Amino acid sequence: MIKFMLTIVRRDLLLVARQPAEILNPLVFFVLVIALFPLGISPEAALLSQTAAGIIWVAAMLATLLSLELLFKLDHDDGSLEQLLLAPYPSWSLVLAKVFVHWLVSGLPLILMSPLIATMLFLPSQAVPTLMLSLLVGTPTLSLLGAIGAALVTGVRGGGMLLTLLILPLYVPVIIFGASSVAAAAQGMAVGGYMALLAAMFVFALMITPWAAGSALKL
Amino acid sequence: MSFTPSTPPHLLCTSDLACERDLRILYSGLNFSVKAGELWHIKGLNGAGKTTLLRQLAGLHAVDTGKVLVPNKATRVIYIGHKLGLKEQLTADENLTWLAGLDGVSTQEQRYAALEQVGLRGYEENTVAQLSAGQKRRVALARLHLCKADLWLLDEPFTSIDQQGIVDEQGWLNQHTDSGGAVLMTSHQTINLSQVKILDLSKYAPISPINRGSEARALT
Repeated sequence: MIKFMLTIVRRDLLLVARQPAEILNPLVFFVLVIALFPLGISPEAALLSQTAAGIIWVAAMLATLLSLELLFKLDHDDGSLEQLLLAPYPSWSLVLAKVFVHWLVSGLPLILMSPLIATMLFLPSQAVPTLMLSLLVGTPTLSLLGAIGAALVTGVRGGGMLLTLLILPLYVPVIIFGASSVAAAAQGMAVGGYMALLAAMFVFALMITPWAAGSALKL
Repeated sequence: MSFTPSTPPHLLCTSDLACERDLRILYSGLNFSVKAGELWHIKGLNGAGKTTLLRQLAGLHAVDTGKVLVPNKATRVIYIGHKLGLKEQLTADENLTWLAGLDGVSTQEQRYAALEQVGLRGYEENTVAQLSAGQKRRVALARLHLCKADLWLLDEPFTSIDQQGIVDEQGWLNQHTDSGGAVLMTSHQTINLSQVKILDLSKYAPISPINRGSEARALT
């Protein structure tokens, strides 16, 4: 089964390498949203440093959401999803492999770029490690939860809107605790509780969503 | 039909299989069993449910009424549908790599040999997007040579294949059944092979007057 998952990971990474625009699109979106925010509100450091945590987390969520619709859709359209489902392995392993690639491509770059973004928004430097850690735990949760929605709308025309509606409520707790942890760190408060909750959500999502999305794909 | 101890094993059976789509019954009461060495040609008009039947047999379409049985759990099935399951951005060789990787491993030598057998020598490193419709189908069919499967479920495998290709392909089908495999396929072409069993879905359609008692006929 590990080999099966590695096959999918290798194939999907190869596909990304052939079409680098797919990686860049959510990333460019992420940077643009954040770059435009100070223009919209005010470039004042005091105000920005207060809102930075929320802005970064919302932008990360939207960037994830943007790339989710295609998670299974392309495979469905060209028939390769059928072949993946016919392989003699449980469908959750397929979901897990696909979500892992999705996170590598859409989540990991955001985390790596977040210190730069934090500086742009005057986030206090003591909060940057918390920001990175919360994104490290939070973005895989976003990808995992999104997989359920993506699996459900696979094969539905114009499923993007439906996907957003389905997934957004599930994203709310992740955003609340993710943004709160960064805000707390910026004020020099303890973040252990927030991190524990984020980690709990990640573990829960890791256990439930591959199975749920796998079942949804078979519908 | 005489049953001797050396009766070839059943690879797949259906019992009372039916299919309903959009409140319309496409076929019902489908009873047949596929033994090793048999080639079944599923016939029917457009919309008769040929593709759906193959998908039901492959396990890709829900079975609400009746059953699809695969007696031996180790039976390996390859399904090639209308959608070929190829990634346009990848080369023919890369596509075969991941398709074969779903159920085992393959060496580059084996993949090149399989591509050569379907007449795609020299196209191994071309992306599938650059190939013609017929060549794409040949890439998908190359998998039949690469992965050893007992049962082939082929949906219109002759589509966009040229005349000579169809002749070659029938040769592969023959070879596969001779070596103990079985094939279930749909096609609007006549298959010029000696041992073709025909499953005519129109006999199982509810409106058809010859529906009743057609089980025996299909099993001949």
